[in-house]
Amino acid sequence: MKNENLIPVPEFCQHHQIEFSFISTLSEYGLVEVTVINEIEYIDKEQIKELEKMIRMHYELDINVEGIDAITHLLKRYDRLNEELLGAKNRLRIYEGDK
Amino acid sequence: MEYIDYYKILELTKIASDADIKKAYRKLARKYHPDLNPNDQTAKKNFQQINEANEVLSDPEKRKKYDKYGKDWKHAEEFEKAGHPGNQQQQQYGRNTGRQSGFGNSDEHDFSDFFESMFGGRSGGRRESQVKYRGQDFNAELNLDLISVYKTHKQTLTVNGKNIRLTIPAGVENGQTIKIPGHGGEGVNGGPNGDLYITFSIENHTKFKRAGNDLYSDVEIDLYKALLGGEITVDTFEGRVKLKIQPETQSGTKVKLKGKGFPVYKKENEFGDLYITYKIKNPTNLSEREKELFSELANLRKK
Repeated sequence: MKNENLIPVPEFCQHHQIEFSFISTLSEYGLVEVTVINEIEYIDKEQIKELEKMIRMHYELDINVEGIDAITHLLKRYDRLNEELLGAKNRLRIYEGDK
Repeated sequence: MEYIDYYKILELTKIASDADIKKAYRKLARKYHPDLNPNDQTAKKNFQQINEANEVLSDPEKRKKYDKYGKDWKHAEEFEKAGHPGNQQQQQYGRNTGRQSGFGNSDEHDFSDFFESMFGGRSGGRRESQVKYRGQDFNAELNLDLISVYKTHKQTLTVNGKNIRLTIPAGVENGQTIKIPGHGGEGVNGGPNGDLYITFSIENHTKFKRAGNDLYSDVEIDLYKALLGGEITVDTFEGRVKLKIQPETQSGTKVKLKGKGFPVYKKENEFGDLYITYKIKNPTNLSEREKELFSELANLRKK
């Protein structure tokens, strides 16, 4: 993990107007990885997309962290199943006329 | 342009209280939110509709106007002008007073023509205001021909006015999505840019069928070659090869040509296999002499 990809959590929280404790709770649930350097918490840039999604779930849809945890697992499963479905559909093209 | 029943969209009646509207909106937002329904266009459309319904019904002024004119919305503007000469100005302000809290961060805020016609535009810059840190992700679909993805090639795409030179690796699959980091919307407050996601739609106009890295094709051989054996030349995706036909080859026999399939994605010089299925073609328009000989052959088999 390169340092240039790390974003200070306080800065991130400030821009999103969220409490630091929310990120800590997500970290406790293993939903986000927080790196501490010189007593400052950082998150990797790559995680921001997922993190912002969790923020929307919590602050806009009133979903608690347990719910976010469950939804995250289900969405991962959904992605896997979609990949399988796509593979199966592509295989099916052998038997059907290609477009 | 049709009248939209916002109450019906939020599954409410006209006597719904503000609390009822908020509750209904939140419930439906959880059902249709794009974060919870990835790549689901129906959910996205429903989400747009409930956002629009909420925009109107949760704003007392908009709700009043909507309730007042209802299906006569086309004349609302005329009525308003006639009744309140200074209203045009007010309406203009109304367009810029911002909106009630809504969800989402992308183009799910596109409202209907009905909304625009009745209430004017929405507050400007709404979409941008949703980005708080990381920029938006952009999604694009790229239509390619199977032949073009047999080899790694470069293509220039124009995304939001910017040209992006893209390397498309050989062997990319139909429906596969690749991420181009940092080529999405710009981040704000020092946040990183979003990413660009390109989904490939690959059309196949060749005689080969593709399944992953393997290719399949049917090859016709004449009856005599199938019975007596011989040599044929068949097409592969890249050139032609000679094949030996074993005597007494049955129709439907499959042969594998190792390494003559499709390139393996991001693995240089690795290829799948080509599977050829023989289809035996019987002769037609038989002459009397041929018929005689076939009858003779048939009789020989009977003995």
